[in-house]
Amino acid sequence: MYGFGIIKGLGITMKHMVIPSRQFNIYQYPDKKANPLDLAKSEGINPVIFLFSNPLKFIKAMIGLVTIEERLPQHPNFRGEEFTWYDQRCTGCASCAKYCPLGIIKIVTNTSGVNKQEGQSYDIEVFDIDIGRCMFCGLCVEACPYDALHMGSGFEESQYQRSNLIIDINKLKSAEKKPSTWFRPQLSQKKHNPISGETVDWNEVGRHQKPSIADQSEKWAKR
Amino acid sequence: MHSPLLLDFTTFYELFFKAFDTLGFEASAHWMSYTAAGISLSFIAINLLILSTALYTWFERRTIARFQVRRGPNRNGPYGLLQPFADVIKLIMKEDTIPESADKVVFTLAPIVLLAPTLLIITVIPMDDSTFLGTLNIGILFIVGITSVNSIAIFMAGWGSRNKYAILGSMRGAAMLVSYEIPMALGITSVLLLSGSLAMKTIADSQLIWFILVMPLGFFVFMAAAMAEMSRTPFDQIESESELGSGYNTEFSGIKFAILFLAEFMAPIVTSAVVTTLFLGGNQGFSPIPGPIWFILKMFVVIFILLWIRSTWPRLRIDQIMGFAWKPLFGLGIINIFLIALESQILMEEGKLSQNDMLIMSGINWVLTIVGLLVMFNIYGHKRYNRPDPIPSQLANMGTDLQ
Repeated sequence: MYGFGIIKGLGITMKHMVIPSRQFNIYQYPDKKANPLDLAKSEGINPVIFLFSNPLKFIKAMIGLVTIEERLPQHPNFRGEEFTWYDQRCTGCASCAKYCPLGIIKIVTNTSGVNKQEGQSYDIEVFDIDIGRCMFCGLCVEACPYDALHMGSGFEESQYQRSNLIIDINKLKSAEKKPSTWFRPQLSQKKHNPISGETVDWNEVGRHQKPSIADQSEKWAKR
Repeated sequence: MHSPLLLDFTTFYELFFKAFDTLGFEASAHWMSYTAAGISLSFIAINLLILSTALYTWFERRTIARFQVRRGPNRNGPYGLLQPFADVIKLIMKEDTIPESADKVVFTLAPIVLLAPTLLIITVIPMDDSTFLGTLNIGILFIVGITSVNSIAIFMAGWGSRNKYAILGSMRGAAMLVSYEIPMALGITSVLLLSGSLAMKTIADSQLIWFILVMPLGFFVFMAAAMAEMSRTPFDQIESESELGSGYNTEFSGIKFAILFLAEFMAPIVTSAVVTTLFLGGNQGFSPIPGPIWFILKMFVVIFILLWIRSTWPRLRIDQIMGFAWKPLFGLGIINIFLIALESQILMEEGKLSQNDMLIMSGINWVLTIVGLLVMFNIYGHKRYNRPDPIPSQLANMGTDLQ
């Protein structure tokens, strides 16, 4: 039958006009449009109980007016943006700065430090990483002989100015220690998951403890 | 029985007459108060209309955005309500350029000629028992005469700017507007047959049943023609942006462009007012809500339908537009007039139709309208636009002769 196509078109636009869930809405990043089941799951309640306890919100969710926060799931091996750095482990050897293909790590040390763990360690005055130019290859992490530098786990680090993207030593010290398990098999063997918010202390991240004198003598005796 | 909501010429006249009488102008108080009332009322009416047009642009953009799953203007003010004022300020502050080789007098006059008839129509619209500037006993004839000035104005704009796109757009506009005058006049004629009067107020009062119910076919013909007269989508070949730049207003800028757009956006308001008077019973309604409010509510419904159609349908080709005017619409208009004339000739007693007669007429007309529209769709739907077969490229066989 001719002529019904144009009337059908009118019906489609009217649906868009009337039904709120068909409207174009902008949700800011962590928010997500939630259906009732998702909403109940995020609140940790059985959907049926949720329907009776909060029917208004349930109906709102059915129309499509409720949002919940939802972040993207990611692997613990994810090479995140903010680096995790343990100043107790760092000796100031600057291997990371040497291995960085872009040369964006800047380390300034002085020799007045004391021996903290293995070998001679220096006091570190400047530790700058220019995240704006970093390509997250992870060579600095691979190069670190004392497991002091780890990839981080976050990715929501956008800034308004390039100068804010430079991570300095204070930021690195005060940041939460949530290292990624990338190139750190000792962490992945422990089933460490930084996304769930687990933090690791500086004495737990190393691939081995400091060898005792007995161990060392045994090792030397073998040679 | 004047409602306090609307301004009225006679009350203004009496007010000024009293004032001039007490001031001591006994001899000339009559013509002085007449002039003063006219000037002050037209000032109020024009400003009201322009302000409502500004708000209407916001309403139109927001509504169409909602239809088309967009957002619409939402930056200036709450819900983007200040957007029309920002637009106007921007347009006024822009440089007003006139092309070097343009016909300057025609170019300058065109926006004014386009705006004036649209403003004049509002004087005869009976929002209440009387209109803004007194009742006119040939109201609808006045409207038909005034609106045909539009085609001249559009042609002036295109011709004066000496631009190929503009002249193309205005040529199309002249052809289209002149063609659609005829179905529009046919739709109006069928209303006149039933009401038996040219005065807008009498037409509105004679609708014991709204004429949209009595003759849906006439309403369809009139609305289609009115939409073409407003030159809005799907009939906006005059200013088809994707083909002609911007059509007749390509060369306009600054305040002239603002006036052109004011006239263009004022047209739906005025048209919806005319449709309300002719087909939706004017200010009829039940009692607690006053008549002018009913009138404005009905206007909003008509505007909403216009926006609905505008946001849905694509633009027609120019040959399709002209074909639609002359083949189906003209035919349907003629059929509608014959139907109404025949029915009213049979049913009319002493030159008047009762409510029962109108009910019988609406029953017959609804059936005939649906049948007529389906027949029309089927006759014109089967016709396909036959394109010639594409000529195969000579490069298509390249290299095959070598093998």
